[in-house]
Amino acid sequence: MTDLSKKGLDLRSSHSVGIVQPQVAVFNEPLALDCGRTLPSYALVYETYGTLNAACDNAILICHALSGDHHAAGYHGETDRKPGWWDSAIGPGKPIDTNRFFVVSLNNLGGCKGSTGPLSLDPATGKPYGPDFPIVTVRDWVQSQHRLMQRLGIAHWAAVIGGSLGGMQVLQWSINYPDALSHAIVIAAAPKLSAQNIAFNEVARQAIITDPDFQGGRYAEQGMLPRRGLMLARMLGHITYLSDDAMRAKFGRELRAGQIQYGFDVEFQVESYLRYQGSSFVDRFDANTYLLMTKALDYFDPAQGFGDDLAAALDSVKASFLVLSFTSDWRFAPERSREIVRALLASGKRVSYAEIESNHGHDAFLVSIPYYHRVLAGYLAQIDGGDPA
Amino acid sequence: MIRPDWHIVEEWITPKSRVLDLGCADGALLDHLIGTRQVTGVGLELQDEQVAACIERGLNVIQEDLDKGISDWFTPESFDFVIVSQTIQAIRHPERLLVDMLQVAREGIVTFPNMGYWRNRVQLGLLGHMPINRALPNPWYNTPNIHLCTLTDFESLCAELDIEILDRAVVDRARRESPLLRALPNWFGEHAIYRIQRRS
Repeated sequence: MTDLSKKGLDLRSSHSVGIVQPQVAVFNEPLALDCGRTLPSYALVYETYGTLNAACDNAILICHALSGDHHAAGYHGETDRKPGWWDSAIGPGKPIDTNRFFVVSLNNLGGCKGSTGPLSLDPATGKPYGPDFPIVTVRDWVQSQHRLMQRLGIAHWAAVIGGSLGGMQVLQWSINYPDALSHAIVIAAAPKLSAQNIAFNEVARQAIITDPDFQGGRYAEQGMLPRRGLMLARMLGHITYLSDDAMRAKFGRELRAGQIQYGFDVEFQVESYLRYQGSSFVDRFDANTYLLMTKALDYFDPAQGFGDDLAAALDSVKASFLVLSFTSDWRFAPERSREIVRALLASGKRVSYAEIESNHGHDAFLVSIPYYHRVLAGYLAQIDGGDPA
Repeated sequence: MIRPDWHIVEEWITPKSRVLDLGCADGALLDHLIGTRQVTGVGLELQDEQVAACIERGLNVIQEDLDKGISDWFTPESFDFVIVSQTIQAIRHPERLLVDMLQVAREGIVTFPNMGYWRNRVQLGLLGHMPINRALPNPWYNTPNIHLCTLTDFESLCAELDIEILDRAVVDRARRESPLLRALPNWFGEHAIYRIQRRS
């Protein structure tokens, strides 16, 4: 079966949100950022699925991960090969059920898919921001998401949900706006990065920055693209998203040409896969955005202002939590999720935790694993609000 | 389904207290206590199927292997009651669990199948095979119940661990009260239910 016929089936399927149209919200009130700088104005691109009910109590916010964007579910057009990045979980009858919930998904500030970011024009110079785009943090994102929430007329989220870096935004939401959400669903996340996590990010950044075509971040002005650097960064990232087992199962030591060639061209299937992932990423992602996103990851540490006591940082939280981790995830291993759960328990919060058996590594949060989706659907089915429109 | 031991557990639980249920299975007991005693509760359970069932009931549950210990998860005295219902016999180190659980809660409630129950004695002592019956349905080679004990055994362990027994009840299949149960609990009690605390 070809991708197209698969897509045709999906589009007709009653479990797809179908064709969706991104929208843009422009904000003219300045946004003061953690780094000390201020964005005078900015735009956020977002999508919505489902219908906001009259009581406005069925809204769910989806926060995206490192390379994610606003396009979480459905298709942009008939010819799209792939649906949004979390189409496995969002749609009619899916765990995040759009028959019941109104789902909002946006591209974060600093992104490269339509929200204000390094590719946008700096009003001060008339040129793309490029490397001059301010460093944004998870807290900044949550603040901008809160403004989008007000713009959409939503007073309260039934739930805020995110995986990986998205899960960190969920945690920040629960701390910064305790009254704004009833439920927080944190998937495959961590309360802060480990030295090893930061190390991987630094290698990725160095790959990009040392690419001669990076041009100090002004590649767009020069009509250049740091292809090699961004590709290497993505290849490295992919290794950390998959588990050893998943790679063994997917590629083993399989050779493309059937026999060893004694050279440096692609020989093993895993090399081919990584090169493909890397080069296709270059065509859809901006290098400066990649740098910004990895920095947001590195800086995230909600316990920082609380003597490194996460439980103290969570003291003001009112939301109930569902925390999920995956056994083969070594980027944000189950132990990192347990840290979050322990802190929530220590500060007397309501929390459920499930550890999902999977060999998909960190990427498991995007995969439709029966137990994972059963827990997610079961939790959401229990929450108040969310009567259909 | 309300099991006969649940009534006793329920009576011992103070309304509106904080309850931790270790090995909470599908959360039915916790759910029952939330309904009848308005407790706030957390369950701990290992099996996927059971964890999912708890979440589908709207309960708070932590997926964890009790054999890995509980002191990592909970701060001391964070609960009023900790329940270990029909679980202690399946734990690798029951003695450690008993000590740990009385750190995280003021009082503990433990229920287990009584190996001293007359049917078990007949099957082992007279018929010469490991008991297989309603309370102990699994064959010896494939059973989660690796640490079976009698009332006497449990009480000696409590003494050894400096644990005070506040209350004891025994039940059989359907009855909660009978002269036989009162007179010879270690013979006629099919299940034992204890309320315990640390000796201060």
